[in-house]
Amino acid sequence: MTEYFLLFLSAAIVNNFVLSRYLGLCIFFGVSKNFHASSSMGLAIISIITMSSMLTWVIEHFILQPLGLYFLRMIVFVVVIAVFVQLLEMVIKKFMPTLYNIWGIYLLLVATNCVILGVPIINSEEHFTFLKSTVNALGSGTGFAIALILFASLREKLQFSDVPKSLEGLGIAFILAGMLALAFQGFSGMIPL
Amino acid sequence: MNLWKEFTKGLIAENPIFRLALSLCPALAVTSNVYNALGMGLTVMFVITCNNISVSTFRNVIHPKVRVPVYIISIATIVTVAMLVLEAFLPVLFKELGIYLSLVVVFAIILARAEVFAAKNKVIPAMVDGLGMGAGFTLGMVTIGGIREIIGNGSFFGYQLLGSWYHPPLIVILAPGGFIVIGFIIGAMNLSEKRKKEKMEKTAAAGGNI
Repeated sequence: MTEYFLLFLSAAIVNNFVLSRYLGLCIFFGVSKNFHASSSMGLAIISIITMSSMLTWVIEHFILQPLGLYFLRMIVFVVVIAVFVQLLEMVIKKFMPTLYNIWGIYLLLVATNCVILGVPIINSEEHFTFLKSTVNALGSGTGFAIALILFASLREKLQFSDVPKSLEGLGIAFILAGMLALAFQGFSGMIPL
Repeated sequence: MNLWKEFTKGLIAENPIFRLALSLCPALAVTSNVYNALGMGLTVMFVITCNNISVSTFRNVIHPKVRVPVYIISIATIVTVAMLVLEAFLPVLFKELGIYLSLVVVFAIILARAEVFAAKNKVIPAMVDGLGMGAGFTLGMVTIGGIREIIGNGSFFGYQLLGSWYHPPLIVILAPGGFIVIGFIIGAMNLSEKRKKEKMEKTAAAGGNI
């Protein structure tokens, strides 16, 4: 039990996806302009990441490895995740229209994204068991959501501050992300792996 | 012909990293030294060029409705080839680049060039466009990598530049430094663009007076 908890904590905070592994930056800078969008995005990421990492684990262990097709995993993962997200979008649109209104559009945005593809690859490189890879995915998604929501709140405050002209927009956003990453750096070494 | 123009537009005017702000993940992740940055840049250049050639060759065969999945499969295949080659011949670099190498598959810049340019142009211009964009990407990566390695480690390409009196701030080659360095580079580019604009307006105004 402790092992799983530590794995979750390590994926969520110590090796935070955005702030220490630099993945998913397009989304991180793209949707963090307002708080509501970023919290819906966080939810979408957590759910898709978990489901797609379960799916790719099953495919890897029951199809690719018995057939000796391990080297094709990149191609298979990309296609499977893209198809899965499309299907999920259709199902939600049909059966849960209210939910679709809240985060439907974000689903397609994340279909081919480095975070979503990154977690299955890490799982397969570390040879995690099914339970471990699910916990890892859940942790990574949560970490991404935490970073995104924190950053969105910081950026809302930033709108009222006086920034040098040439740093406005993306420039100051990067420096702010650097400061946030500096704060997260404090967690490094907390969990010996 | 215009081929030279297609090549040079990727270097500065439409530089993928600084101008289009695409594919930033690798720009931060593997630029803690110049060698890795160069390796990543050349890999991406190879992938963009090959993918542009393949998309442009088959542009009349692919049905527009399924074009994005087809492009993604094409990119994933080329990346797999590149990974196998790197693993066989440059195992150290392969290990350093790690997961970011597999994630070349989802780089926005590669899909964007296929969609915007290669799908509408003949093979040779598409190839040149890929080479130019790849070169621009490499240039951006090496610039960031150079700045970070010089400040954060006092060396360039592994050679010690600054003497032992220099105590490098390690933070520049760690995660937060990457964000901050890119932030300042974007700021500097905005500033230089603004200066250029002002200059042009001034000369235009002077021309009007005459």
